[in-house]
Amino acid sequence: MTTTLTGPVLVLLDHASTGALRTTVLELLTIARSLGPVHGAWVAAAGTPAAAGPDDATLAQLGEHGVEAVHVLDLGSADARLSPVVAEGLTALAAGTGAAALLLTSSFENKEVAARVGVAARAGVVVDASGAEVDDQGRVVAAKTVFAGTWTTRCAIRTALAVVALKANSVQPVPADAATVPAIERLIVAVSEAAGRASVVEHTERVASDRPALGEAQVVVVGGRGTNGDFSAVEELADVLGGAVGATRVATDEGWIGHDAQIGQTGVTIAPKLYIGAGVSGAVHHRGGMQSSGTIVAVNSDPESPIFEIADYGIVGDLFTVLPQTAAELRRLQG
Amino acid sequence: MCVKHVPDIQSERALGPDGRVVRDQGDGTLNELDENALEAALALVEEHGGEVVALTVGPDDAVDAVRKGLQMGAEQAVHVLDDAVAGSDVFGTATVLAAAIRRIGADAPVDLVVTGMAGLDGLTSLLPSALAAELDLPQLTLAAELTVADGAVTVRRELDHASEVLTAPLPALVSVTDQANDPRYPNFKGIMAARKKPVDVLTLADLGVDPASVGGDAAWTEVVEAAPRPPRENRVLVNDDGEAGLRLAAWLVENKLV
Repeated sequence: MTTTLTGPVLVLLDHASTGALRTTVLELLTIARSLGPVHGAWVAAAGTPAAAGPDDATLAQLGEHGVEAVHVLDLGSADARLSPVVAEGLTALAAGTGAAALLLTSSFENKEVAARVGVAARAGVVVDASGAEVDDQGRVVAAKTVFAGTWTTRCAIRTALAVVALKANSVQPVPADAATVPAIERLIVAVSEAAGRASVVEHTERVASDRPALGEAQVVVVGGRGTNGDFSAVEELADVLGGAVGATRVATDEGWIGHDAQIGQTGVTIAPKLYIGAGVSGAVHHRGGMQSSGTIVAVNSDPESPIFEIADYGIVGDLFTVLPQTAAELRRLQG
Repeated sequence: MCVKHVPDIQSERALGPDGRVVRDQGDGTLNELDENALEAALALVEEHGGEVVALTVGPDDAVDAVRKGLQMGAEQAVHVLDDAVAGSDVFGTATVLAAAIRRIGADAPVDLVVTGMAGLDGLTSLLPSALAAELDLPQLTLAAELTVADGAVTVRRELDHASEVLTAPLPALVSVTDQANDPRYPNFKGIMAARKKPVDVLTLADLGVDPASVGGDAAWTEVVEAAPRPPRENRVLVNDDGEAGLRLAAWLVENKLV
């Protein structure tokens, strides 16, 4: 028998400054519905188009995914780009709604928010989780892989409020059986002076490329040392697959591609449905950031590359021959 | 200026039946990412004066981490060693570290707490934020660049969707990434000098921390199941015979990956 939570399950509704929902939010909502009644938390920087709350189209989208209420936080003059500010807002909202769980997307800044909500609300926190459910004792249990993706664990949260940050691509988002019309509720939160003691001097949102965001993409094609700085074959295949382009530490250190493309334990952690590594040796630091990927394909001219140990499909060969051939064939098969 | 350094050590390999990390003997080296934190602290002290205190909490062999800190150039080392700490979650660890930093700060004010961005292979990267919250310090995390001037610290950091520059007045907490610097190697002089530097070993009682508030029983999360991930099945490894790219395309289509 499945137990569900009685208190609301709050979902942080991450969105771009335009107000458009991040794709990962729909995954969170899908998981949240299996836990209990779903409420959205909307946090936007004052003065941005999204500050007033979700627009009608977004609200309809949230309704399709079963959101019962959307709480729009009014943080006054506090800067909503600062993790401590967001954390204070969510802590107040969790207390005010009697929330049993808070779900967030596992991004760098959300993990900071999760840690601070944990301290303030005395709530157990699991980050980089790949799933969440309620056990027969009514506790939230989160699944996650550890040690560079080589172990799977299940972590029970013992506190009244459970905070879980979920990795992108944890679940295939599906709409609710019955759509809802979310109620909009506004909550004014008096943010402490301490939370705003740091200030944002510069904030440059990355220009949205035609490719999906690396941390959220279902397909990621990664170039490593073997590209020798020529990412054209990697990019071509990524575009045929509608995927994102990533890189190893070597490739970013060489300046072949920006540091924001680095996958690994000190870069972005990804778990796409399909990972294709080209000229990637598979050093342990890199594997830590991609080993949870659904299917791993590797193309490398060195048969001794450690990435072949974890690849579902490995090709010992020249990436500049194999990748264009695959891209051309996919184009042909797709007509 | 006085700079303190708070490395979060641990090199972890496996989870035991009790859901705790199994630590092999001799694994207690300084977490690689904490070397970046130490380097940042040492460089700031060289520029602005002050001293670096290396702090760690952990079992006996965690002392290796602060020793490495002393070899790299830290003036003092503090090791919180207490059986009651074992099994703590990140919040228990943050409570202990915060108490230790307050005690260190009673002797000389702490201007900056520097940590690594995460424990490599560690279970969370939550510590810097939890510690900043415990200490009520402004947090500037994931610094790829770090400067201190006019009583304020400024960092540049890369987030998933944006790049940012943050600034805050001192005292503050900073976590640094491996982009921030290239850690120095301890030289012979440093290694010799470190032998003469004592490591201050503190217990929870010394810090006034209730042992019941930390450790495995007080942790807010509990590992209820842990298993090595099963190896991937039906793996294919081929040499390119000139048509491997074509077969890869067919395989991707067949397995509904496109």
